[in-house]
Amino acid sequence: MTTLAQADVDAIAARHPAVFAGSRRKQMTGWLVGLGVVAYLCFAWWFFAIGSVLANGNWGIAGVYLADWVSYETRPRIEFGDEGLEIRYPRFSAYNRDRHPDWVELEDVRSPGVAGRIAMTIGDGSVDIAPGEVIARRGSETVTIAISPEETVSAAGPLPSWAEQDARDGSITISFGFRGSVEVEADEVKVRQRFWGWENFVFDANSPFWGKSFGEVVSLVFSDERIKPEMSNAALAWNNILNNAEWQHGDVWLKLGQTIVMAFVGTVFASLLAFPLAFAAARNITRNVVVNQVAKRLFDFLRSVDMLIWALFFTRAFGPGPLAGISAIFFTDTGTFGKLYSEALENIDDRQREGIKSVGAAPVLVQRYGVVPQVLPIFISQSLYFWESNTRSATIIGAVGAGGIGLKLWEAMRTNSDWENVAYMVLLILAVVFVFDNVSNFLRKRLTGQAVR
Amino acid sequence: MSITTSDTALSVERHWQELASRRRLYTIGGLAFMVLALAGSLWFANESNAGKFWDRLPHLFDFVDQLLPRDGWEVWRALFDLPSPYDDGSLKYDYPEGRMYLTQSLYVPEYVYKMIETLNIALVSTLVGFALGFCLCFLAASNLVTQRWLRFFVRRFMEVLRAFPEIVIAGFFLAVLSLGAIPAILAVSIHTVGALGKMFFEVVENADMRPDEGLRAAGANWPERVWFGIVPQVMPNFLSYALLRLEINVRASTIIGAVGGGGIGEVLRLSISQTHEAKTLAIILLLFLTIVGVDQFSAWLRRKLVGDQAFAFGRGD
Repeated sequence: MTTLAQADVDAIAARHPAVFAGSRRKQMTGWLVGLGVVAYLCFAWWFFAIGSVLANGNWGIAGVYLADWVSYETRPRIEFGDEGLEIRYPRFSAYNRDRHPDWVELEDVRSPGVAGRIAMTIGDGSVDIAPGEVIARRGSETVTIAISPEETVSAAGPLPSWAEQDARDGSITISFGFRGSVEVEADEVKVRQRFWGWENFVFDANSPFWGKSFGEVVSLVFSDERIKPEMSNAALAWNNILNNAEWQHGDVWLKLGQTIVMAFVGTVFASLLAFPLAFAAARNITRNVVVNQVAKRLFDFLRSVDMLIWALFFTRAFGPGPLAGISAIFFTDTGTFGKLYSEALENIDDRQREGIKSVGAAPVLVQRYGVVPQVLPIFISQSLYFWESNTRSATIIGAVGAGGIGLKLWEAMRTNSDWENVAYMVLLILAVVFVFDNVSNFLRKRLTGQAVR
Repeated sequence: MSITTSDTALSVERHWQELASRRRLYTIGGLAFMVLALAGSLWFANESNAGKFWDRLPHLFDFVDQLLPRDGWEVWRALFDLPSPYDDGSLKYDYPEGRMYLTQSLYVPEYVYKMIETLNIALVSTLVGFALGFCLCFLAASNLVTQRWLRFFVRRFMEVLRAFPEIVIAGFFLAVLSLGAIPAILAVSIHTVGALGKMFFEVVENADMRPDEGLRAAGANWPERVWFGIVPQVMPNFLSYALLRLEINVRASTIIGAVGGGGIGEVLRLSISQTHEAKTLAIILLLFLTIVGVDQFSAWLRRKLVGDQAFAFGRGD
């Protein structure tokens, strides 16, 4: 940037003192405001004890929660039993003693789920489990672990960097990075392997369609041989999708529908009620100060009693569900729309009204032809704008008990183990908000004939 | 007066009639669609609600009965943490519980303290959101950034921040950081970055580009052009949007508080669910007065900053 020599700056400043004095003061104000903000943020740091809370946060678990959004773990457990190696899976897993994932290989099978030797591929490595011995490979390194049953775990030779033993003869944890880990204990081996994606997203493990490729499912759906005699295959497939035990598609969609309905009905009713009330509140339409003030204070009241309070109130009155959400949005937005509408009415062009009045029209007709055509596009475009933003609000007030996807989302988060379901619902919400945003933008552009922001 | 029936006139008339009937068709179709959608939605809402509308309607104000305290002064006692004459040892009438003592005898009443906490959550989030939104918005403005991909990326990023449900962010950080105000601050700030960033870049795009041209002619680099050419003209609008945002954030942090983010929202939810009527009324009164106060203050400051320039769309989130 071209800069002036200091002498020139001084000369100019001397010639126009007023200009520079003003800007000095402005500069000082800027610095003072900045200092004030910094001081306030320091106060807030102390007030909320931000430093200690952040330091005490359970950040290790945060990584696992985030990984759960987009991936899932399969957790077989191998016990050193009397008959051999017994492999078990968590209770709600898709696998059981007769059904094993393809990365687990049972050799020398003695009875279902009991084998003499188990080989597993985990990420870029592998684990071989035999009674009394576990051999883990990762890349070119190998570690052999000897186990004396129920007593000690010990590695032959030094441990590689990816294996860790907490105490002498204690359990050894072998890490495969993001892909998983193997914990070797004296009486069992716990394996965790992580895979990208969502497990059993379409069909759960109890469905006859589980584990089949897309082509197989399609041909099954269209085949005449019924899997269950009481319903067609297509109906069965649909039913299985809706009642997927882990993802609960049917319930999630129903709750999403409730949230959409809450926002839609609440916004429409609020617009319908605010429309006549705004005419009463606008001082150029209703020439009665008392009526104006009463209507305006009513709007302020409805708006200032927070949506949260209305939501809690109506949840008590109607019970949890969309009716409470609809009422909360309706009450808050009647106030907001009333205020916005009456402001729009107070800014109308009076000449159209005068024109209609001059030809002797009745008062109602004056409003109909002199006022409404001017303000209707503004009204509708404001309602559309809030429709989209209310969809977001409806999600939040749902969580305090007004029903809809917010409550479901909140329940999924409270368990701390269903973060993949949270991700699924968030994606649905984002999609709905995105679609509504675009529809409302498109309609508003059509209505006002220009880009309204 | 003769009636013209020339071909041109007839065709004009026909076209006009076609237009009018098409218009009517659209209006009627649109209205019919709205009525159907509304009826369907209402039926669906009523069916899937826990209590049915017509069954519950007569009981709508039962709750209000439960909200009435034993005498009017109870509300004041609950608000200022004064001992109640009905004190029977239960939490319901134990108002002095929760006083925040500053010195031996000087205290801040519990709810006032919680309200201050909520106000601070809103203020901190607005400041953080303002700072980050300020940094991002110039990268999204088409008159300052010529690279389409950068603009596209920044805009989508802000959209996602804006549309991402606040309770999910709050819930995630509640799980990581345990209960408290910080999850609420993070949730509200992240939303604020997206919402303010969008408002801001639209202001920047409407800025007068002549100062920028002058700076460019003098050889200014990009940060200098933004700082000296754009920022001075957009700052009043930015501040006024930030104030508007502060109003929204006070409400938002109350709601996030109710789902575990601390502050007044949490005590309100607890007190409603335990039917502590005087406490509930005290909190509602305090919340109402605060929101009105913040709205009035922000409106006054905005009028000073940008004059009577109206913001067409109230909340802007």
